[in-house]
Amino acid sequence: MASTRAPGPAGLLTCAGLGKRFGAHAAVADLDLTLQPGEFVCLLGPSGCGKSTLLRLIAGFETPTSGTIRLGDTDITADPPHRRPVNMMFQSYALFPHMSVAANIAYGLTGLARAARQARVDELLRLVRLDGFGPRRPDTLSGGQRQRVALARALARAPKVLLLDEPLGALDRALREETQGELRALQRRLGTSFLVVTHDPGEALALADRIGVMEGGRLAQIGDGASLYERPANRFVAGLLGDVNLIPGRVPDRDPGGLSTLDTALGPMRARGAADGEGVIALRPERIALARTPSGDGRALPGQVVETTYLGDRIRLRVRMADGSLWRVSAPTGADAPGVGETVHLSYPPERAWLMPAAG
Amino acid sequence: MKRWLPVLPALWLAAFVLLPVILTLKISLSTPATAQPPYLPVLDWSAGFEGWGSFLEALDFANFETLAGDALYRDAALSSVTLAAVATAILALIGTPIAHAMARAPERRQPLLVALLIVPFWTSFLIRIYAWIAILKPEGLLNAGLMRLGLIAQPLEILNTQGAVLIGLTYAYLPFMVLPLYAVLAKRDPRLAEAAADLGAGPARVFWTVTLPLARPGLVAGALLCFVPMVGEFIIPDLLGGSDTLMLGRVLWSEFFSNRDWPLASAVAILVLVLVVGPLILFREDGATAREAGR
Repeated sequence: MASTRAPGPAGLLTCAGLGKRFGAHAAVADLDLTLQPGEFVCLLGPSGCGKSTLLRLIAGFETPTSGTIRLGDTDITADPPHRRPVNMMFQSYALFPHMSVAANIAYGLTGLARAARQARVDELLRLVRLDGFGPRRPDTLSGGQRQRVALARALARAPKVLLLDEPLGALDRALREETQGELRALQRRLGTSFLVVTHDPGEALALADRIGVMEGGRLAQIGDGASLYERPANRFVAGLLGDVNLIPGRVPDRDPGGLSTLDTALGPMRARGAADGEGVIALRPERIALARTPSGDGRALPGQVVETTYLGDRIRLRVRMADGSLWRVSAPTGADAPGVGETVHLSYPPERAWLMPAAG
Repeated sequence: MKRWLPVLPALWLAAFVLLPVILTLKISLSTPATAQPPYLPVLDWSAGFEGWGSFLEALDFANFETLAGDALYRDAALSSVTLAAVATAILALIGTPIAHAMARAPERRQPLLVALLIVPFWTSFLIRIYAWIAILKPEGLLNAGLMRLGLIAQPLEILNTQGAVLIGLTYAYLPFMVLPLYAVLAKRDPRLAEAAADLGAGPARVFWTVTLPLARPGLVAGALLCFVPMVGEFIIPDLLGGSDTLMLGRVLWSEFFSNRDWPLASAVAILVLVLVVGPLILFREDGATAREAGR
């Protein structure tokens, strides 16, 4: 299967046609992924989408049912975990409870002289700002400190690719945001390729050069945060990355100007992107402009406000449209915000709306 | 009510452990006599303080001097401890892979495996050891099988040797080694072994540096549960060991029932107690170190 594929651009880590079945259940199916040197890629998806299984396949804890994993030019598909030049940071950290912090970090540093090993451990402790914590036991540390020990241990062997399974998942919210920045800065400084699994879209957007959205064991879409947010491949990706209004319809023709027109229950609506036959427009709530009076061009769509939620910097509204559907609108906070029951006219710049195929 | 709850186990221990030990200790310091009870002195409660005085004066360490001076008891003690230690080592070697495999089995199958391990307890211990006689005797199942296979020409002399005692001890005490080990191994985080492998450790290094150290509390508990009763074991050496095998349990039995020398038998009992208290103290320190390490 993999051999029939055209070789893609030379990557550091290449998964080709990778699949893993557990009985009848395909945890990962026909997945292609290429990681470039120094790249920070997040795998994003709900639990059970196969993202952790993918990480375990790359680390070597699971054997793929099909496909290959290559590191540079070397096929590592059949290599056991201890022979793979990739390291993993576990979600639970998996620190050895019977060893000191220093011994945990030094565990992978075999084949080094005692002094060199000690120097490397000290260097790593400094890197994660845990100087002096070497003799401590893992269970005497806070969650954030344990997370940094796990990171230092995983980086000790200077892996070509570092796999991180929900690296910030066990931290509380404030610490998580602070650690996001640190993790990103550390990755930039070291130039190691990071492959991070997360279920948190905000985290993926904040960390990654590229985000791979996984759905049902497949890679639904991969790209930078902006392209996934602005030009999602399907409803799942659109909804995963943030609030979105999905307006279904039929595509009668394509506008030569680059905009497509979709016949919806609310009349013709324009958007970028393309679809054959059935299509869906993804319209982000913050792209919609609210007005009390109909617009001059007559394109604004009337609706009635049914709910408002004050969020400080924004007001979130739910608006009942003419066809009975509810739209989410996010408007800036201001004195003239419409109240519940008021009629509003909604318009949007068609180049900021995205048309995608209804299926998939 | 809550305040008095700890008193119950204390009373239990006092009645069924402390009191018997004190009585045994007292008898071990007495002199055998052809009387009822068969030892002297007996405390004369009616004589008051003077009675106590002459009672205490009559106690001495003569029986322990006999134990120390007679090679028979030294050999029995040495052979008891050696056999128990060797059997414990064999049990650790056999029990660790079994417990490991049980802990790695699919979770829904583990209760069945535990049940299979303790099924032999449904049959009387004595009967199971008798069954081993039928297996190990010259015309028994084992020899018949080996001869049928052409592996041996003459029946092996297994029954009534120390080898038979080792086989019996290993068989009988295996669940006591496997169960505590399994309890520890089943609770461990499989991610730890994965993390070790991920950091470049081959299967052997993972076992020695991660799996085994973390299984240590189970191994220590299992070793104690086996070693302590094996030192004083009576039935297995009596049935399988023949007359050549000298173990403290048999010595104690023959002093008590054949020679009717209660004081000397009590001294042997105290000796067994001392021999098994040693490992218990070691275990306490081990536990303390483990707690220290855990802090």
